[in-house]
Amino acid sequence: MERVLLKNIERPDSHEIEVYMQNGGYKNMEKALQMRPEEILDEVKKSGLRGRGGAGFPTGMKWSFAIADPKKPKYLICNADEGEPGTFKDRYILQKNPHLLIEGMVISAYTLGAEYGYIYLRGEYPYVKKTLSQAIDQAYKRNYLGDNIMGRGVKFHLTIHQGAGAYICGEETALIESLEGEKGQPRSKPPFPVNVGAWGLPTIVNNVETLANIPYIVEIGGEAYSKIGTSESPGPKLYCVSGCVKRPGVYELPMGTTLREIIYEHAGGIRNDRKLKAVIPGGISTPVLTSEMIDCKMDFVSMPKAGSMLGSGAIIVMDETVCMVRVIYRAMKFFEHESCGKCVPCREGTEWLRKILERIENGMGRNEDIETLQDVADIMSGRTFCPLGDGAAGTVLAMLRHFREEFDAHIKEKGCPYS
Amino acid sequence: MFKESVLKEIEEIKNKYPDRKAALLPALYIAQREFGWLSNDALIGVSRALNLPEAMVRGTASFYSMFRYTPPGRNIIQICTNVSCMILGAERIVDFIRKRYEIDENGMSKDGRYSLVIMECIGACDMAPAMLVNEDLHGNLTEEKIVEILDKYK
Repeated sequence: MERVLLKNIERPDSHEIEVYMQNGGYKNMEKALQMRPEEILDEVKKSGLRGRGGAGFPTGMKWSFAIADPKKPKYLICNADEGEPGTFKDRYILQKNPHLLIEGMVISAYTLGAEYGYIYLRGEYPYVKKTLSQAIDQAYKRNYLGDNIMGRGVKFHLTIHQGAGAYICGEETALIESLEGEKGQPRSKPPFPVNVGAWGLPTIVNNVETLANIPYIVEIGGEAYSKIGTSESPGPKLYCVSGCVKRPGVYELPMGTTLREIIYEHAGGIRNDRKLKAVIPGGISTPVLTSEMIDCKMDFVSMPKAGSMLGSGAIIVMDETVCMVRVIYRAMKFFEHESCGKCVPCREGTEWLRKILERIENGMGRNEDIETLQDVADIMSGRTFCPLGDGAAGTVLAMLRHFREEFDAHIKEKGCPYS
Repeated sequence: MFKESVLKEIEEIKNKYPDRKAALLPALYIAQREFGWLSNDALIGVSRALNLPEAMVRGTASFYSMFRYTPPGRNIIQICTNVSCMILGAERIVDFIRKRYEIDENGMSKDGRYSLVIMECIGACDMAPAMLVNEDLHGNLTEEKIVEILDKYK
C-alpha cells in the first residue's frame, strides 16, 4: 500500500513546506476550497473514517452534529495530547509531516465553518512544538492560513496550546477544560462538545491522525477510501510497536492487519528470538492478550471480539522474561497518578489496586488479595465518570484472566519469580 | 514583576483566545521559563498579568505535573519509566543516574547541575528507554550513553 500519512518521512526535510508541496502537498486543500462544504462532508461520511484517538467514532457523523448546531462561532481542536502509554504515532505526523495535519485542519475547518483552531499538544513534546510552530508560520506566509486563504475568502487561524503533563486531557471534555484554563477534569456528557464545547460553543475535537486522513479522502474520494482496510474500519492506520521487538516503530498499514503480521513481519519479531508472552494491543489502558491470540485483526470491530480494544493502535510486546504482575503494577501506578480525582471509584479504586499490586510484586501478597483485586475492579467497572477508571479496572481483570498463575506464584513464593 | 517584554508576550497570547483565562497555561509556562520555577512571585505575576484571582491561578497550576514549585537544577532530566521503557530497563538507568550524579531525595544532583524527574510516558516508546534533557529527546539509553549525553549539558 502506498503510504499516505507517513509519506516521505525518511527525508530529513520532510517537515518543510517546499518538500511537502513538491510532493503534491496543499493540492487537496486547493481542490477542497473549490468544493462546497456539504460535498466534503459527504465524502468524509462515505469514507467511513473513524476517529483515530481510540474511541473510533465516525468522523463524518461527529462533524454533521456540529454543523447542524446553529450556534456560532464553532471551534476545531486537534487532539495532539497523545498520552496513552505505548503511543507515539501522532509524534511522527507532527514532527515529520506537520503540513499534512495543517492541510487536513484547513479542509476540516472549511467544512465545519470553524474560523479558529487549536492544536492541544502534550507538554512532553517541546521539540515537536518547535517544528510545528515553524510549519504553521510557513503556512501563514503562503496564505494557507489566515483571513483569506488562497484568496478564496476562507478564514482560519491556528494556535498551538501546550498541555502540561496530564494524561486525562486526552479525554475531549477534559481537554476543553484545560484549553479554557481550568484543571483538566472531564465534563459530564451530554451535552457533547459538538454542541456545547469550548466556551460553550460547538467544538469538534479530532485526533491528529484522523485529521491527517482528510486530505487523502478529498484526493481519492470517500468511496475509494472506504475500500482500504476493512469495511467497518476503513483506511490506513498507524500502528506503534514497542517493547520486546527487533524493530520498534510506527508502521502504516491497512486497518485490520493482524497482530501477528505487525509484530513478526513489520517489527521484525521478538528480540533475541525469545518467546512471545503477551501483547497489550491498543495502549496501556486496553486489556492484555496472550500469545495465542495474535491472529486477530487490529481494527475497531475485531479487537472487542477478542476481548480488547484497538485504542490508539499502540502495541506493547512482552516476551517470556517479562513479569506480568510488574507490568500491571507499573500500569496501575500510572492510572493512580493520572486519575483526576473527580469521581470516587477511580480516585480510590486506582489507589487500592496499586497498593495491592505493589505488595504482591514485592512478595508481601496475601492469599485473599486476588479476590480483592477482582472485587475492586468489578466495582469500578462501568461506574467511573470517564473511561480512565474503567480502563484501569479492565486491564487488571484481563491480567487476572490470562495470567492468574503469575499472581499466584508471587504470593506463594513471597516474591517476584522474574527478578 | 514581569519584564515589559514578557507582559507583551502574554498580552499577545491573550489575543489568540476569546477569553483571557485560556491564556493561563501558556502564561504559567512563560513564568516558569522566566523564573525557572513557579515561585510565589511568578504565580502572583501571572495572576496580575491575566487579571485572574490568585487562587484560580494556583488551582489550575497545581493540577499539572510539569509545573515546578522549587528551583530546579541547571538541566532537567525527565526520564520515562512507564511500561515500554520499564521492560527495556528504564529502572536500572534511573538507579544508575541517581548513583552516578548523586541525586538527592528532592531529585537534585549535589552540584546543582541536574534535576531528575520520573515521568509517565513521554511518547518515545520506539526508542525506549528514553528521556528528555531540557527540550531534547534522547532514546535507546544505556549507561554509557547516559554519561556521554549528560556530559554535554553543563
